[in-house]
Amino acid sequence: MTFQKILRAGLVCLLFAPGAALAAQEGEGGGGHEESHITDYSFSFEGPFGSYDQMQLQRGLQVFTEICSACHGLRYVAYRSLGQSGGPDLPDDQVRAYAAFYEVFDESLLDGEGDYRPATPTDHFPESSLSNAPDLSLMAKARAGFHGPYGLGINQFVRGMGGPEYIVSLLNGYTGEQREEAGAVLYENTAFPSGWIAMAPPLYGDDVSFEDGSPTGQVDIAQDVAAFLMWTAEPHLAARKSAGFVGFLMLAVLAALLYLTNKRIWAPYKRKAEKMPAE
Amino acid sequence: MAGIPHDHYKPQTSGERWVHKRLPVIGLLYDTIMIPTPKNLNWMWIWGIVLTFTLVLQIVTGIVLVMHYIPSTETAFASVEHIMRDVNGGYMLRYLHANGASLFFVAVYAHIFRNLYYGSYKEPREITWIIGILMYLLMMGTAFMGYVLPWGQMSFWGATVITGLFGAIPFVGESLQTWLLGGPAVGEYTLTRFFSLHYLMPMILAGLTIVHIWAFHTTGNNNPTGVEVRRTSKEVAERDTLPFWPYFVIKDLFALAVILAVFFAVVGFMPNYLGHPDNYIEANPLATPAHIVPEWYFLPFYAILRAFTGDVWVVIAASWITGGIVDAKFFGVLAMFGAIIVMALAPWLDTSSVRSGRYRPMFKWWFALLVVDFFVLMWVGAMPAEEPYASISLIASAYWFAYFLIILPLLGVIEKPLAQPKTIEDDYATHYAPNTGGTTTVVNPAE
Repeated sequence: MTFQKILRAGLVCLLFAPGAALAAQEGEGGGGHEESHITDYSFSFEGPFGSYDQMQLQRGLQVFTEICSACHGLRYVAYRSLGQSGGPDLPDDQVRAYAAFYEVFDESLLDGEGDYRPATPTDHFPESSLSNAPDLSLMAKARAGFHGPYGLGINQFVRGMGGPEYIVSLLNGYTGEQREEAGAVLYENTAFPSGWIAMAPPLYGDDVSFEDGSPTGQVDIAQDVAAFLMWTAEPHLAARKSAGFVGFLMLAVLAALLYLTNKRIWAPYKRKAEKMPAE
Repeated sequence: MAGIPHDHYKPQTSGERWVHKRLPVIGLLYDTIMIPTPKNLNWMWIWGIVLTFTLVLQIVTGIVLVMHYIPSTETAFASVEHIMRDVNGGYMLRYLHANGASLFFVAVYAHIFRNLYYGSYKEPREITWIIGILMYLLMMGTAFMGYVLPWGQMSFWGATVITGLFGAIPFVGESLQTWLLGGPAVGEYTLTRFFSLHYLMPMILAGLTIVHIWAFHTTGNNNPTGVEVRRTSKEVAERDTLPFWPYFVIKDLFALAVILAVFFAVVGFMPNYLGHPDNYIEANPLATPAHIVPEWYFLPFYAILRAFTGDVWVVIAASWITGGIVDAKFFGVLAMFGAIIVMALAPWLDTSSVRSGRYRPMFKWWFALLVVDFFVLMWVGAMPAEEPYASISLIASAYWFAYFLIILPLLGVIEKPLAQPKTIEDDYATHYAPNTGGTTTVVNPAE
């Protein structure tokens, strides 16, 4: 192997290093607990061409509304986004009806005293009602499920960040053990970094019933709500992927044209050195 | 004007003559774009264009992001989410800007190591090199402050840790830290001043870019042989060079298109791969993340910062000599900045008369080790501060300093360089006239 080759190999490493090194941090950030176990569930939105399954998002919305929303909020999500294409894509009247189901505090009512009124599509989902229940708007992006062996980031490169997988694994990771600590009950969970979580098991299977007759097993509805939460975290995923793809394609074509141009203009100088044409 | 002799701009039309007499701006652009460039440049000479493009990309996307971002601890995080959800194309703008920072550093590290291998920092290009190091420092400052702006957990705690470094400086440290933060801790006024500086520093960077280009347009480009372009006459110079336009512009644009295609794939398909998930949690001064880690491009120097703990003999010695003024924390800070300073001093530490690593049989292996060392430092920088990582980072940090302070000066004395080609033309002939039997028989072990 010549030195130039080594140099080139080094350059390739440099291009991959950021990811590797960075994901190493994820390894440290999320995986403090050795035994935390994340299962690699497959989702429709994975891969360069994956997109959200509209029906799954609607089921996930139902699971969130009936179960999670008792404690957790979605403060960054507006009701109107439920009608966005690429998302749950609810019809306008359903979005309006869904919003009206909630109440918001409006400072402009009662001559500036403020009062509650039914929410409209432009309002946001409420915040968490329980102080120690985190807001779920961005949860699917705020957790990394997969880490690399020795922090090399390879797992994330292949399987993705694993946020939704983490959510499903967490919802199904309860062992049934519990203990009391400083007056609070903690539940053992195989996916949670410290191994003990304050949230009681939220799902038992058949917690909801879907109109379309989709399966309601514990893992099924956990996947539905995880997909929904991925959408709340990244509502423009489909548009982003298509922009990335178009950008990639156009740049690839441009690169090919520039390659040919480059070859052409250099041709006179890359043949025989002694018969170099005048410049 | 100084530089390689070449044709200068001559105004052709009366309009051009009119402008040229009053402001020779067209001539300036012409001379810049038509600069004679060594015709043997390889693919490592494309990073300058990539860096210039990335700077423009960051400024353009940044200007639009600023229109929607509200710099206050109450609103910063929410306004970034507003950009991601409600601003037209905002998610692309932000992901381009965030990943653009990574592209910037991939390119700058490739650019720096190119210079270190081909000896581009050597006489007469020392000023280009020093300006480059200053630009690199500005880039680091800009990137660090930009990372604080989304006001996520890693923003907040990264800012806390890094500004804490200044607190380690004896006597003035605490005042300095308070001054930097605009208060006793990271808060509202930290965010606003970082925002202000994050906008100012790229403008300085753009100015320095022009000075950087001016400097190497005066000295001429280095090239893979390290042999200077002959300047005795225009005709002789033309045998070593080709004009920048179109030969190198098209070549560089081709390379840029390939790199941007990869970049767009990253932005489109895995935009968060290089980010930390914790930064999608709003900053919370009461909850410290399990591990506070800087962005990947800071990791090698972060590793050096952490490598010198209180039980290392040099730290103990430094502490004893200075009567405890230099403690382990301050030593680490000195080491981190020192690691960049020794790099800046490379032109004077490298005693070899041969510029290019191609003709330096011993140097090239030490250099390869330095590249490996850089990746090792990057890796241990991401690891927790415990064994075996602590020892590895100490050894790797020691090599970084040894390379610049011991190996570079020593190699110039003990190494026996290989024969270099007499001219760039000769070197070029060995590549592109394999059948002519050529007059030059320079052995090129690197190819």
